[in-house]
Amino acid sequence: MRTKYFLALTIAVLMGGGMLLFANPPAGSGSISGKITYTGTPPKMKPIDMSKEPTCAKQHTTPVLTENVATGPGNALQWVVVYISAGDQESSAPSQAERYDQKGCQYIPHVLPMVATQELQIYNDDQTSHNIHPLAKVNSEWNKSQPPGSPPIDTKWEKPEFIPVKCNIHPWMHGYFVVLKTTHYAVSGPDGSFEIKGLPPGKYTVSAWQEQYGTQTQDVTISGSENKPANFTFKVLPY
Amino acid sequence: MTLKNFAVTFVLGSMALVTVGATSMRAQSHVNSVDPSLGAPSVATEESHIDGLTGHAEAGKRLYRRYCIGCHGPDGNGEGMNAQWTDPKPRDFTEATFKCRSTPTGTLPTDDDLYNAITRGFVTTNMPSWRPLTPQERANLVAFVKTWSPRWAKEKPGTPLTIPPETPITIESILRGRQTFQRLECWKCHGPQGHGDGPSAATLTDDKGNPIRPYDFSSGSRFMCGTTNQDLYRIFMTGLDGSPMPSFADVVKPDEAWDLVHFLRTLQPLKTQEASLWQTYKAAHGADIKPIGPDAATGAQ
Repeated sequence: MRTKYFLALTIAVLMGGGMLLFANPPAGSGSISGKITYTGTPPKMKPIDMSKEPTCAKQHTTPVLTENVATGPGNALQWVVVYISAGDQESSAPSQAERYDQKGCQYIPHVLPMVATQELQIYNDDQTSHNIHPLAKVNSEWNKSQPPGSPPIDTKWEKPEFIPVKCNIHPWMHGYFVVLKTTHYAVSGPDGSFEIKGLPPGKYTVSAWQEQYGTQTQDVTISGSENKPANFTFKVLPY
Repeated sequence: MTLKNFAVTFVLGSMALVTVGATSMRAQSHVNSVDPSLGAPSVATEESHIDGLTGHAEAGKRLYRRYCIGCHGPDGNGEGMNAQWTDPKPRDFTEATFKCRSTPTGTLPTDDDLYNAITRGFVTTNMPSWRPLTPQERANLVAFVKTWSPRWAKEKPGTPLTIPPETPITIESILRGRQTFQRLECWKCHGPQGHGDGPSAATLTDDKGNPIRPYDFSSGSRFMCGTTNQDLYRIFMTGLDGSPMPSFADVVKPDEAWDLVHFLRTLQPLKTQEASLWQTYKAAHGADIKPIGPDAATGAQ
């Protein structure tokens, strides 16, 4: 009786482990890190006039700047999505939902990467109505009103795409949903740095995408648990 | 030797010609797969089904070339010869994004939705009513319009919105609707009096970046997607995809939606039951009515 019980338990544990293995490829310990920089003169980001929306304007002590070319010290370029565009194994979307906030009449984060079919929750933290309008082309475009105090909008994107997001009521609000096939991605920080972790050994194509300057790629080979560098430089124009 | 060379060139040349010919034939017509001589097309997306009528894309294509191509263009992308003179711009069928739907935002419209749009036309645009065409011809056009985007082969239209019976038209309903108009900030685009002159109105663009005006209720014209109270209910609940008008289906309950419909009717210069109730109320309580807009923080009453 007892042996039978243990046998059943062992089988159950083994099967569970097996399913976990099948659901996602073995997490590697290799990584790719680097810095995103620019050459040339970047456009000046303009201060946003929020005076038409006092509930948002009063949340900011200093003027909020547009973010389409966000730069930092040392020619750093922020909000660049770096991801594995080829060589990655098929993997299912994480069960954890991504969160996107409308706060102070801004999209936070400005660029949100996620995996296709991963759950996405969109919150309105403001005391004003927003209409969230993802201008999808590959996926289907939709447009929903979200007054203050509404529950988050639960959604997901089926296909990989760079989707611009806008609010028609507050025309300065502008962001991106970056829907990827891979779970291996990173976004460059204010200092331009990024790190893609958990890579198993393999030959990869790494892509870096910036909303105004497009995509660049590099080939990187990872063997074992090493860290490989990959730096990207975007040519920018002042207009 | 020369003869051999000539023969090789001739054979290769004719092969190339055949290939080019086949390719250009394919390019000429993207519905070549629908050959009337082969019987009825089997692909559902090349048909439309409207109230017992079955529309056929191949027949629709001939009508499109006669009546629609001038604005919607030979590629169906809304870039016809007349497009530069029209505002708002003709629909780009390759995106399969449509304003007037009975289905939720982000989903394809039903065949009936497209048929009704062709029949009715769009009152505030250059799109006329196509009632002069027979119902069968309009059904054929619906079938053809659906061949421009691969979405029609992969997706089904959304489930049409259920519209519950209209609630009684009372002054209480109108006043609640007025509060909803304030709370949902409809006035940000449509203006406090519904004149289409709200603080965000001047900045509005459609999904192609072309300027677009919010509906001006004081124009007294029909609505873009119909004339009845039900049409008005449907417009703000489903939203007008491709335009700045969002869907309110997730944030407005059916009773609230009818209240809003009753209030919106008072903004029109028409002799409706709603308008006369509102005029009577305004005559008696004019001083107590708070204006709609940014100053009415807690909702107008």
